[in-house]
Amino acid sequence: MYDTSDIRKGLKIMLDGSPYTVVEFQFVKPGKGAAFTRTKMKNLLTGGVLERNLRSGERLEPADVETKTMQYLYADADSFVFMDTTTYDQVQITRDTVGDQAGFMPENTNVEVLFFNGRAVGVTLPNFIEQAVVEADPGHRGDTATGATKPAKISTGASINVPLFINVGDVIKIDTRNGQYLERLSRA
Amino acid sequence: MPATRAALEARGRIVGAVRAWFENEGFLEVSTPARVRSPGQEVHLDAIAAGQSDGEARWLITSPEYHLKRLVADGLSPIFEICRCWRAEESGPHHRTEFTMLEWYRANAPLEVLATDCEALVATAVHAAGRDPLALGLRAPFARTSVRELFARHVGFSLTGAETAAELRAAAERAGVGVGTAAAWDDVFYQVFLDRIEPELARSGPTFVFDWPAPLGALARPHPRDPRLVERFELYAGGLELANAFGELTDPVEQRRRFDEEARIRAARGKAVYPIDEALLAALPQMPPTAGIALGLDRLIMLATSARDISEVQAF
Repeated sequence: MYDTSDIRKGLKIMLDGSPYTVVEFQFVKPGKGAAFTRTKMKNLLTGGVLERNLRSGERLEPADVETKTMQYLYADADSFVFMDTTTYDQVQITRDTVGDQAGFMPENTNVEVLFFNGRAVGVTLPNFIEQAVVEADPGHRGDTATGATKPAKISTGASINVPLFINVGDVIKIDTRNGQYLERLSRA
Repeated sequence: MPATRAALEARGRIVGAVRAWFENEGFLEVSTPARVRSPGQEVHLDAIAAGQSDGEARWLITSPEYHLKRLVADGLSPIFEICRCWRAEESGPHHRTEFTMLEWYRANAPLEVLATDCEALVATAVHAAGRDPLALGLRAPFARTSVRELFARHVGFSLTGAETAAELRAAAERAGVGVGTAAAWDDVFYQVFLDRIEPELARSGPTFVFDWPAPLGALARPHPRDPRLVERFELYAGGLELANAFGELTDPVEQRRRFDEEARIRAARGKAVYPIDEALLAALPQMPPTAGIALGLDRLIMLATSARDISEVQAF
């Protein structure tokens, strides 16, 4: 069992029968009362976020979750197929579970797959990917320094905002956590 | 985030303006010991050890209240003190182990006068920070409510203050509050308060919360109209718990009973038990009816400068 002094970002605990990961926490204390940890937690199954005031000394049940490094192989109609890089076992994970991250997930890339009670429930991508731009409006001369952006589609499917000087065929670096363009690696 | 130069300049101006306000009101500024035999006996405050003198343990104060009450009993009033206090294991956006307390005491004054003082001090601090109380939503008079009213409105049950801990816990559970393993009266109360009431107070304008239940009496005297309550208010503003005020208890028998009870709970929880402040108990019979208040000065500066974290208003 954990207690409130174990609370830190990323701690995985059970709450009302679901696994949660701690997203944020804060010390709070009424002047005349016990200390509490105001804890913002994300449900690892639904992505829903909730906040609880956990009184110091309350016990917390660890969640039976583990992460495995797996290679993303391909997508079929309603799921994605991943392979355990050590055992070569394959698992399917639904589109719902992968969510919007699917647009930033290149085939044959290693990702972290989260298992809860033995079932795959979530995927964490590498923080950065390098992808070619497959759709973008033509750029405008002289706009390189203004910070203005335009929408572009990358080869994994996501649409992101890129600087005006980016063209179809350029390879760019993207932060998968927020979908932000970072830099151009090569020109078309 | 460390303080900016602008924040430190605002802090300096605010502290100066607060001192000037007290001087103008006829207060005497006093200074009391930081290192004492008997720090606050409250169950949820832990003092930091400060070596020994004459073979006895010494502690850093968690509040200057015991010595200030002794001065009031000696006939000094009105008095105020600005000093550092220390509370072990308290660290967060609104908490620092070492922080700045502002306390003031008015003999023969009703509790309500301290609320008016608070309104004036908030205005003083905001003006000293070069800002406009109206623009910050801090115009006096502040709202005045009671603990019972807040429970009725935001939790949906009538709190009397005479409930047993088990009754309070059952009522909290019926109201849908997850009380975990909390069994003590105050633990259940504060779980409900933090879950249901504090978020509402954080969204409201500045609010005085009067008439606290007797089990949360600490050093407050019983309410003249309802012995299930005590004469106490807390001021909440800008999401901060800013000040706690008591109609001070001057009955040494009742005060000893409360100290003994707190010591018993501290011992049962494996916490350090501090010696009872006999000098305070001896002084209480000479003490006139007094209103006293502790205000977190760092938090007042946060409020006046719209700081989100207490570290933004401290140099180190």
